[in-house]
Amino acid sequence: MNKKKIYPQWFLIAPLALYIIFFLLPSFMGVGYSFTDWNSRSVLKGTHFVGLQNYIEIFTSEKNYLDGIGHTLMFTIVSNIVKIIPALMIAIILQEGLRGQGFYRTVMYLPSILPFVIIGLIFKSILNYNNGLLNMIFEMLHMDFLKQKWLSDLNVVWKSIIGVDAWRGIGYVMTIFLAGLNTIPKSYYEAAQIDGANFWQRLRYVTLPMLTGSIMINLVFGITYGLKVFDIVYVLTNGGPGHATEVMTTYAFQLYSKGQYGMSTALNSILLLITAVVGVFIVRTLGKQEVQQ
Amino acid sequence: MTKKKIQTVLKHVVCVFLSLLVIVPFYMVLINSFKSKSEAARMSLALPTEWYFNNYLEVIDKGNLIQGFTNSLIYALVSTGLGVVLCAMAAFVLCRKRTKLNVFIYYFVLCGLFFPVNYVTLVRVLSSFHLNDTRVGIITVFTSAMIPFCVFTIRNFVTSVPVELDEAAVIDGAGPISLFFKIIMPLLKPTMVTCFILQFMGVWSDFLTPLYLSSKSKLFPMTMAVYQFFGKNKSYWNYIFADIVLTCIPVVIVYMIGQKYIIGGMTSGAVKE
Repeated sequence: MNKKKIYPQWFLIAPLALYIIFFLLPSFMGVGYSFTDWNSRSVLKGTHFVGLQNYIEIFTSEKNYLDGIGHTLMFTIVSNIVKIIPALMIAIILQEGLRGQGFYRTVMYLPSILPFVIIGLIFKSILNYNNGLLNMIFEMLHMDFLKQKWLSDLNVVWKSIIGVDAWRGIGYVMTIFLAGLNTIPKSYYEAAQIDGANFWQRLRYVTLPMLTGSIMINLVFGITYGLKVFDIVYVLTNGGPGHATEVMTTYAFQLYSKGQYGMSTALNSILLLITAVVGVFIVRTLGKQEVQQ
Repeated sequence: MTKKKIQTVLKHVVCVFLSLLVIVPFYMVLINSFKSKSEAARMSLALPTEWYFNNYLEVIDKGNLIQGFTNSLIYALVSTGLGVVLCAMAAFVLCRKRTKLNVFIYYFVLCGLFFPVNYVTLVRVLSSFHLNDTRVGIITVFTSAMIPFCVFTIRNFVTSVPVELDEAAVIDGAGPISLFFKIIMPLLKPTMVTCFILQFMGVWSDFLTPLYLSSKSKLFPMTMAVYQFFGKNKSYWNYIFADIVLTCIPVVIVYMIGQKYIIGGMTSGAVKE
């Protein structure tokens, strides 16, 4: 049969063109522009090649861009740990035919469908120091020592952001784990039980090895999300107090609004590099696993 | 036996606690959206002393919500509809005709799952097509951004559609277009619906894209309208909460309708093995 005729190559043209022009091209142009002084006045004065100046500025200036990169990496690692481990535990609890599990599942997944802006605003009110719900509850329970300036205390603010992020994301991670758990044959557990394996041994030797696929998917989604995080930080703290919670994307947006386009693209190119390295690493590990199976 | 019972009770306690953790914030938002300004500022969980249903009418008017709703709906429907159909066509060919070039294209597109969008240069690209600050431009960007995910998810599904079908259809005289739209697409419906729902909710929730791409408030989707409203009326929590409820309703409805597709499809590519 003539494959050319029934599977026409032109089916690919439109999506490929859109993807290249409006997704990849800007990224590569960004790398190019990151070596220039492109800014809001370039219309009049032109854009000039400045070599590595933008990058030097990022790595040496007092404006804490480096902290922004550090925060991004920290957020990526911590937020994933905080989401994946509890989500796995909840999924295991829910999996073994608990009554009403459909309801629990629906409720816990609910936050992850809502816009970040909305969740940010809701928690801006809940975490309000004077009359937010959280501090109010602590007052009611006479545990005033737990009251915090959730969004303005330097020692607490990151915990608040990561907490809110976990509140939104755990249901999603859990759902992927539940799907994975459902593919594990019951007989494996029965066999393990006959051999006298306790809960932890079953978790270690049956559940976790069988869940590699789901764990990988959660890591891939989680890591790429973490590196690109913007909305939740922007709405909750807008990088504040001071620059304490600034991440790469919030810096990039700030520089863009100030008209320093070259600097903004340089920061974005660093992010691109980081995601590319992480991406290659993930794809390689995935590839290795497929070979093993 | 009793040990098992205690375990079940403990599990329920944990689950109820976690569910409350999710429900209480929503309850607080809902209940406070019916209060007066001063009462809502206290953000308590008590019922309102007087119900202000007018808050909603007021916020629809003040918050430019009709405009925002229409924009969000246009962006989400058009970009997702277009994106899913285009990606299904591409995924079909990429899966059935595995030439070296096509395998390369597949991995090339997958890179997009990881890469961040560079919005600064994107604005520049759009303006060279005269698409900056237009609805068409925003829709194009949304469609382009969903291509990696949709191609990835749909291609995994195409493998399960038997090739014999193609052959039979071609022998019966179907051309590539009628083969795809009449035979293949109906079979791809579950995965296409999944992609549609997930991406629809994604576009509806997106904040960063319109933040960079729309400088006119006429183009703001609901998320931007809410945020702008919050910026202008920081002390009117009753209105803000009403605004939040109205923004959430459409996604919650889509979620309730499409729930089975979401959970089944989200994981189909990942956990099949």
